[in-house]
Amino acid sequence: MFSRDNWKEIFETIQKNKLRTFLSGFTVALGILIFVVLFGFGNGLKNTFSKFFEDDAQNIITLFPGQTSKPYKGYKSGRRIEFDNSDLEDIKTNFPIFLEYITPRISRNGLVKYKNESNNYSTRAVAPSHQIAEKTIIMKGRYLNVKDIKEKSKTAVIGRLVEKDLFGAKNAMGKYIDIAGSAFKVIGVYQDEGGDDEERRIYIPYTTRQLIEKNTDKVDQIIVAFRPELGYAGALALDKGITEFIKNKKFINPNDQNGLYVRNVAEGLKNTQQMAFVLQMIVGFVAIGTIIAGIIGISNIMVFVVKERTKELGIRKALGATPKAVIGTILLESVFITTVFGFIGMIIGIAILNSMGDKLKDRFITDPYIDMPIAIGATILLIIFGAIAGYIPAKRAARIKPIVALRDE
Amino acid sequence: MIEIKDLHKSYKMGSNSLHVLKGINFSVKEGELVAIMGSSGSGKSTLLNILGMLDELDEGSYTLDGVPIKNLNETKAAQYRNKFLGFVFQSFNLINYKSAMENVALPLYYQKVGRKERQEKALKYLEQVGLKEWATHLPNELSGGQKQRVAIARAMAAEPKVLLADEPTGALDSKTSYEVMDLIQKINDQGNTILLVTHEPDIADMCKRIVHLKDGVIIEDKKVEQVRASQYV
Repeated sequence: MFSRDNWKEIFETIQKNKLRTFLSGFTVALGILIFVVLFGFGNGLKNTFSKFFEDDAQNIITLFPGQTSKPYKGYKSGRRIEFDNSDLEDIKTNFPIFLEYITPRISRNGLVKYKNESNNYSTRAVAPSHQIAEKTIIMKGRYLNVKDIKEKSKTAVIGRLVEKDLFGAKNAMGKYIDIAGSAFKVIGVYQDEGGDDEERRIYIPYTTRQLIEKNTDKVDQIIVAFRPELGYAGALALDKGITEFIKNKKFINPNDQNGLYVRNVAEGLKNTQQMAFVLQMIVGFVAIGTIIAGIIGISNIMVFVVKERTKELGIRKALGATPKAVIGTILLESVFITTVFGFIGMIIGIAILNSMGDKLKDRFITDPYIDMPIAIGATILLIIFGAIAGYIPAKRAARIKPIVALRDE
Repeated sequence: MIEIKDLHKSYKMGSNSLHVLKGINFSVKEGELVAIMGSSGSGKSTLLNILGMLDELDEGSYTLDGVPIKNLNETKAAQYRNKFLGFVFQSFNLINYKSAMENVALPLYYQKVGRKERQEKALKYLEQVGLKEWATHLPNELSGGQKQRVAIARAMAAEPKVLLADEPTGALDSKTSYEVMDLIQKINDQGNTILLVTHEPDIADMCKRIVHLKDGVIIEDKKVEQVRASQYV
């Protein structure tokens, strides 16, 4: 069925029936093209949507110390709660399976100077994993590392706008800046998608900050990241577990709402995931609709093609074409056309998506894309259904008696 | 070559059936040139279609070159048609997007003859009908007579046992008709068996035997002195 001779015959038929070839090819190419572009736009919409929510990591629980409002176990109310390094260790050892990472944060505002330039900036003393929690993107140099924490080194990672403010066009890397009277070496410059404020910050090791502040072991806030695979329910369980644990450790009345504040991003994460799912559904629905429309289109054309060729098929049968040969001719032709034009449509669609990039960002579509397996899968699906759609009328045509087919004018 | 015994055929037209062939007995030997004559509705085309396996018989038997033609499925019928029979139609029935040569080569394609051999044979038969230089032309660039000659070349290309022609001159003027008949006679001279349906007496006279059909039965079957068409060309 697949001999070179058969292909030659099919190519000739295709070449000599350009309108027919164009019609069916165009339908298939357009179907796949629209599918790819729509699906890509759907993904672009999802990208934009995710970016709104995903400036910071989504799997974060932040603990803030407060002031007790109820007496408990001999402690008076109005007591100020403080966190210290031992709390970090305790959370780490008590919730190992839930935890992805943990980092303290000590925030101070103060004057930062370089030569004659100075400005007020927020300085955050953190652990290396804070980079993940804040989604800090390093442009130059590096972020803080474990060694910096251990050696309490005077190193600083500064925001893009800090560099711009203090250094102008010059490179800040390796220079020393004055933070509240101490000299810190700039080891990295970062950017952040959270906006200008987030790029006007300076990160230093939390141990260095503690050393400067009379070798204290206090920390302001504790940021806990849970494993994303825990999902919403897991995050809530962890939230509850840590709250109980800290309240117990710090002798806070379990019913006291003010001793400890906990902010759980999981709530937002759930909404984001739900919205992403709804978008995915809409995209999927549109995509399936397009494919079905394409299948119907190619089916109609196949019925038309067979009808148009009835007489020709009658002649062929009179000359000795077996039903198998008749079906084979029609089917191979249709599969060939759908395959070639399907992939042409797919490639054009992908090219359109790739050329789009950020051009439609104002229309909430960022970096539209389609996964290759989906694009190819849809094309193959259309080819298969095109073949089935061709097979049914072809089989009927093969069954028509040649004498009836020959009478067809 | 052809043996037909007690052949019946009727068509269902709604509730009543139309009895078209009512017991035909008839045989053709190798090398004969037979004209089947009759007015319209006499059943001559139906007979030819049954002989050509384009239609099925209801009753009776049909043997072609010693092979009983009975209860054939479509595939078998197609193979027999390809092997045993060549067709010439009144309306030529050439495939309009294929050149003369490709049309002639088509039965060979279904015989699984290689491409090169197919083209050589097609050219050979086109040469026999005098259209070698028209080989690359499409049917709509040819005159009626030329089209019919291409159709005859196509029918001959498969080297069939029997050539069946259904009103081969029906769509042609008389001069062209005689040219086509001249060609058919020459093919017959080479020893080929030919059956042709016609309602024109002068065409029938150019055959060697005339079978007269009326209302589904043979009323006359006679050998005639052949009139050569070449004298009119």
